[in-house]
Amino acid sequence: MDLILEGIKKAFWLLITFDPEVMGITLLSLEVSGIATLVSLLIGISTGVTVALSRFIGKRMVVSLINTGMGLPPVVVGLFVTLFLWRNGPLGFLEILYTPTAMVIAQTIIATPIVMGITLAAIQQLPQKLRLQILSLGATRLQMVWILIKEAKLPLLAAVMAGFGGVISEVGASIMVGGNIKGYSRVLTTATVLETSRGNFDVAIALGIILLLLAYLVNLILTQIQQRERPR
Amino acid sequence: MKRRIGQKIFLSGVVVSFLFITGVFSVQAREKTVILATTTSTQDSGLLDVLLPIFEKETGYFVKTIAVGSGQAMAMGEKGEADVLLVHSPEAEKKFMAEGYGINRRLVMHNDFIIVGPPGDPGKIKGAKSCVESFKKIASAKALFFSRGDHSGTDVKEKAIWEAAGINPEGEKWYRETGLGMGQTLNVAAEKKGITLTDRGTYLALKKNLGLDILVEGDAVLLNIYHVIEVSPGKWPRVNSAGAKAFAGFMVSKETQGVIKTFGVDKFGSPLFFPDAGKKDEELGEKIITKFQAPKSK
Repeated sequence: MDLILEGIKKAFWLLITFDPEVMGITLLSLEVSGIATLVSLLIGISTGVTVALSRFIGKRMVVSLINTGMGLPPVVVGLFVTLFLWRNGPLGFLEILYTPTAMVIAQTIIATPIVMGITLAAIQQLPQKLRLQILSLGATRLQMVWILIKEAKLPLLAAVMAGFGGVISEVGASIMVGGNIKGYSRVLTTATVLETSRGNFDVAIALGIILLLLAYLVNLILTQIQQRERPR
Repeated sequence: MKRRIGQKIFLSGVVVSFLFITGVFSVQAREKTVILATTTSTQDSGLLDVLLPIFEKETGYFVKTIAVGSGQAMAMGEKGEADVLLVHSPEAEKKFMAEGYGINRRLVMHNDFIIVGPPGDPGKIKGAKSCVESFKKIASAKALFFSRGDHSGTDVKEKAIWEAAGINPEGEKWYRETGLGMGQTLNVAAEKKGITLTDRGTYLALKKNLGLDILVEGDAVLLNIYHVIEVSPGKWPRVNSAGAKAFAGFMVSKETQGVIKTFGVDKFGSPLFFPDAGKKDEELGEKIITKFQAPKSK
């Protein structure tokens, strides 16, 4: 119990003194997971909507694959990204293993199926007739998609939160492809692992608390946007 | 009005993400980056946090430390995925060198392994002189023992001692493999009140939260020697050999050896590592081991 109190005190202290190292780690977490979420939104929403609105053979197969992808284990993603980015791997010439860029790539791979799956479900649960109605009122196909996305705003923002939540809290892939390098690719989760193995439990708890605060703040903002106009 | 606010939010989002991307994607020039594959003990003890900033400031190189077990570090070296290694698994290192994966293997420092366990001493081994004997006692008492199980230097050493004792603990109920680094394994052993083999540096660094006592120390078998090895550029042309050479040279330099000598004294009352640059492996015999017999305690 003492240790937890000690950790809370430490977290408070690190925050009010703007400890440069902790600030750097926090900002990098936000940067890496933020960009990964943005990219996964672009890919996930566009693909999700496309799959939801089109009919083709093997669609169920694709949907089940996407849904499986929602539970993609981060360490497996980390392993494969590492194998690809190795100096002697197929993408080795890029020389980006053990960089924040590699972490963005891994986290994007983790977040994309989550966003895609939720988007898919969100668009599919809209009434079929809505599409016909929009089209019959003279909207172009693009306009129709835009209106559908707006209709599905609530679950889509949930997709953003789930995607962001999935990657900011992820440690397996980040430590493998980022290397947990001090002042360069160390994020809140990997720093927590390190401090725990160093036996600095108070710092580890403090980092954990900062991570929770950060996740809470981001979700608070997203929830504000989500709940701004309560539909119907 | 609402729409305009929405647009503003969207636009500022784009601008901010652009700034993020340019920030994140500013990758260091390749020839200025050195990948150091090393054991967890050099990172967990905090030694590298002290040494690396000095090296980076002096040379302008940027060191990417990948802290894994010695086994994995050497596997990275074999594939040319690391430029320089700082490892403590002499037998495996010799094989690594013989196969031509490394050049310029040099002695950097040593400390020693110790057997630690709960104060109750379940294996009744406290104060034993022989490490092999105490392992035999642990086995016959079926005292809970935690192994790293990760092919790290410590793990290899432990397996060698079991072999010398003529015991195969694999699969025994009292023998458990954590698959974790040294620090985490110590935490597990502390929590489960088990015995484990650890390097002294990591133990001293974590001691305050562990509640584990030193049970056996000072046996010549328990010497723990760290070498720096440059990965051979002959096998993998992408290896940054200039950077590796600079780092290896730095580790054995007089100044660095001085830092190693005093590292940890203020915090733990005794040094965590003993500098050995320039010495030969054979010189590190029992003479040095005796130094550990009476560790200063604070």
